[in-house]
Amino acid sequence: MPLLFAHLMQTGFGGFYDGIAHLFLTPSDLLLVLGLALLAGQQGPQGGRLLLTLLPLSWWIGLAVGQRWGLDLTLALLSTVLFTSVGVLVALSLRLSVQVLAFTVAGSGLLFGLINGFTMPSASSGLPLDVLGVVSAVALLSVLISAQVAATRSTSFCIAVRVAGSWIAAAGLMSLGLLLKA
Amino acid sequence: MRWRWLLLALLLSLLPSAALAHVPEGGAGSVMAGLLHPVTGIDHVVAMVAVGLWGAVLGAPAIWLLPVAFPMVMAFGGVMGLLDLPLPGVETGIALSALVLGVLVMLQQRLPLAVAGMLVGLFALFHGYAHGVELPEGADALLFSLAFVGATGLLHLVGIGLGEARRLAWGHRLLQVVGAVIAVVGVWSLAQVGGA
Repeated sequence: MPLLFAHLMQTGFGGFYDGIAHLFLTPSDLLLVLGLALLAGQQGPQGGRLLLTLLPLSWWIGLAVGQRWGLDLTLALLSTVLFTSVGVLVALSLRLSVQVLAFTVAGSGLLFGLINGFTMPSASSGLPLDVLGVVSAVALLSVLISAQVAATRSTSFCIAVRVAGSWIAAAGLMSLGLLLKA
Repeated sequence: MRWRWLLLALLLSLLPSAALAHVPEGGAGSVMAGLLHPVTGIDHVVAMVAVGLWGAVLGAPAIWLLPVAFPMVMAFGGVMGLLDLPLPGVETGIALSALVLGVLVMLQQRLPLAVAGMLVGLFALFHGYAHGVELPEGADALLFSLAFVGATGLLHLVGIGLGEARRLAWGHRLLQVVGAVIAVVGVWSLAQVGGA
């Protein structure tokens, strides 16, 4: 995975929008949030609430720590393994305990936040608007998708969710192979 | 007269290469390569469509179980191919997949779910392996993989859509014809493998 993807996108609209664009233009981050939202939604409203509480918070903590360290690392292999595993869990439609879900969400948020923080420079103005943008986008996407999944009971929609999980897992697996080959 | 102009416009639209003045690079190039990779071999295309078709013939839960399991097993095969792990008889397996699935669709044969899953899983392994061996160097791994998996899934969807025609009066005959065509492609592929 090119290092370019880890750096902050410049939209020209300021730090907040740069942060939002960063999530939507970074496939691995987007797939992780999508996968976690599908997984949390499969667990019902409680899963959705837990995701909305833990993911933005852990992402923000990871970002803050990463920005302090300032290393130029993407940890591509580790992040790919993580979102692939989340995809497998969604495809299998497993019922997880609250503890396991909380650990998965918080661990993922911390790791991906840390990777974001490594390569996102602190704002010269001192206002962490880019951080706010990333975390807001993570929260918004999480709540929209997990709520939709939790609220919809139709069989075909549940199948579509599982197919989406299998696509995330398959893309992650092939990506892992390409990374290992490189 | 107007319909002739419409026909001419449609024919001209079949010349997309005229618009491809620039070679796509970077992320866009990887997405394009990933989307096109599963549709560049006729044996792959018919087998992917046949998986969806046979899923529709088998009905629930196979109709959704096969499209959920296939991409993951195929990706596993892809990783094996990428890492040059040995898997004998890949080309024969791919040709057989078209032949066997084509015959199963043609006869509208319903096998037990476990047998169907294992059969399709085995074929997915062969297809994934072949794709893994042929994957282009320098592609953006994740964008390529996403596009590749998406294109494969869409081929399954085409098969499921075709398979749903069985609800119509002429649907069974259509499935027989499509299954026969897929089986013929399988025989042709087997002959190619034998001739090579």
